Amino acid sequence: MSRGMTAVRAGFQRGRVEVRQIVTSADVLGWLWPSILAMIVLYVLSDRTVPGTRFSLGSQSVAGFLGVNMLYTGMLGLSVALTVEREDGTLLRMKATPNGMLGYLVGKVVGQTGLTVVFLLVILAPSAYLFDGLELRGASSWLMLTGVLVLGLIATLPLGAILGSLFSSVQGLSIVPLAIMGLTAISGVFYPITALPIWLQWIGQMLPLYWLGLGMRAALLPDEMAVVEIGGSWRHLEMVAALGAWAVFGFVAAPVVLRRMARRQSGSRVMPPSRPGRAAPDVGRQRT
Amino acid sequence: MATAPNAATHDVELPGAEPVVEVRGLRMRYGSTDVLHGVDLRLYRGEVLALLGPNGAGKTTTIEILEGFRQRSAGEVRVLGIDPDLGDEGWRARLGIVLQSWRDHGKWLVRELLDHLGRYYRPYGTPDRARPYDSDELLALVGLTEQAESRISTLSGGQRRRLDVAIGLVGRPELLFLDEPTVGFDPHARRELHDLVHRLTDLEETTILLTTHDLDEAEKLADRIVILAAGRIVAEGTAPELSRQFARRSEVRFSRDGGQYVHATEDATRYVRELFAQYGDAIGDLEVRRASLEDVYMALVRELESGQRTEAPSELTGVTV
Repeated sequence: MSRGMTAVRAGFQRGRVEVRQIVTSADVLGWLWPSILAMIVLYVLSDRTVPGTRFSLGSQSVAGFLGVNMLYTGMLGLSVALTVEREDGTLLRMKATPNGMLGYLVGKVVGQTGLTVVFLLVILAPSAYLFDGLELRGASSWLMLTGVLVLGLIATLPLGAILGSLFSSVQGLSIVPLAIMGLTAISGVFYPITALPIWLQWIGQMLPLYWLGLGMRAALLPDEMAVVEIGGSWRHLEMVAALGAWAVFGFVAAPVVLRRMARRQSGSRVMPPSRPGRAAPDVGRQRT
Repeated sequence: MATAPNAATHDVELPGAEPVVEVRGLRMRYGSTDVLHGVDLRLYRGEVLALLGPNGAGKTTTIEILEGFRQRSAGEVRVLGIDPDLGDEGWRARLGIVLQSWRDHGKWLVRELLDHLGRYYRPYGTPDRARPYDSDELLALVGLTEQAESRISTLSGGQRRRLDVAIGLVGRPELLFLDEPTVGFDPHARRELHDLVHRLTDLEETTILLTTHDLDEAEKLADRIVILAAGRIVAEGTAPELSRQFARRSEVRFSRDGGQYVHATEDATRYVRELFAQYGDAIGDLEVRRASLEDVYMALVRELESGQRTEAPSELTGVTV
């Protein structure tokens, strides 16, 4: 077995261990509470209908919300992990290990993918009972769901790696979830995007979040609900093109940004443990 | 004062063999500030070398350059025969690194992490150097067998540090870097780590480069001590050699005819001989005290830390080897 392959396999193990650590500890609530909150709000809203139809607004939104959740767990989760693990020395540890960075990245991708899938199912299962009109019986729904999930992760995980590399601290990174929250408003997640002014619709369509939500609605809602979408269609081709474009951007940019970040790793950049009577090590500027 | 380590117990190869670490004229500059002004260093197989110096002397910068984590500004560096800036993963697999502060992988279990990190080394094993180390064997070596199934975040500071050493060793390194191994330790944890380092030196062909700002630690652990101050090497040798180098002046105290006398001299033996020749039995309460290595080192640290000096002191540069 090649040396790189050994690291890839170790990375898969790493991803499994990290998923297990989260789902078997109280951390799982930290990941799930925004979703639980959102489900309660949406459940309260299930009596209201999508304008121009008799379909429940809550049911329509829960589908789109799965798209948001994917962004939170996959992309945001990866960027937070990169930032935190850069500060606590995990990245440096892996850099000190032969082929460790490869194993680390594989582990992160496997881990965030695993978590995204687990949380998607955890939200989807009660939703199927709580919200009327979700179509989960047909094989086509599951096929579509899987397709959107795979394409969505391919498009957004590299973005997470880029964000996690660019922000120097977790504090700085905290504007990202706020930004996602703001962008949710123009991405047609909780209300049809067609209700927005045209220029806002264009901005919404530039971002992956709109397409993730659209894909999820296409998978889970009855076909006639496409009437409230732009062009009265689920626009599968456009979705593949838009998410594909983000994926290409991410896969070109992420390695460059990651390599730059990895190169800058050194002991002095690792935050010391908070031990009394110990000065922080000097952070020297480095040649890059 | 600690007793000097017995160099004869280790299998130190004589100079002339290919050094494990060879540094010549190493310079490091951050912006317009020079932190290393031409450091020369050699480390031979099986040797334990302590890089001793006060905080800010450039120890960590030096060790990070050797580890390949920092690019030097100038100078020749070879670690296991390879320039660290060009070192590949095969080179990395031959090194063990224990940095100053780790708090990574807190949610992992002790043995789980050791097993995981060991996997990366498996393809780098050779017939005479099996990689990785067996996790259980390693845990026993560092005294963490009972904590094998503990979450790493629950370990005490000393246990965590011993785990860091175990991780540094998991790839059965030919060269182990230990950066300030006992900073922040209580005396007990410190003693345990020292015992561990002594056990490591008995292991086959593990060369160790450690940094410390503590002379006592350097004397306890190292075969050879290199003193780094303000980015320059000011002295080098075994602890007894350094003592002899520094302890040029001695204080001779005695009483004669009811009076107390103190005399400082470069040659105490001769002075005392003359003293007896001249006064014979009149001399009493004779006491000869050599300025210890610690006295000289502490004076150096005090001066550097109070900011009175930014360069190495002349009495030290005078004995540069």
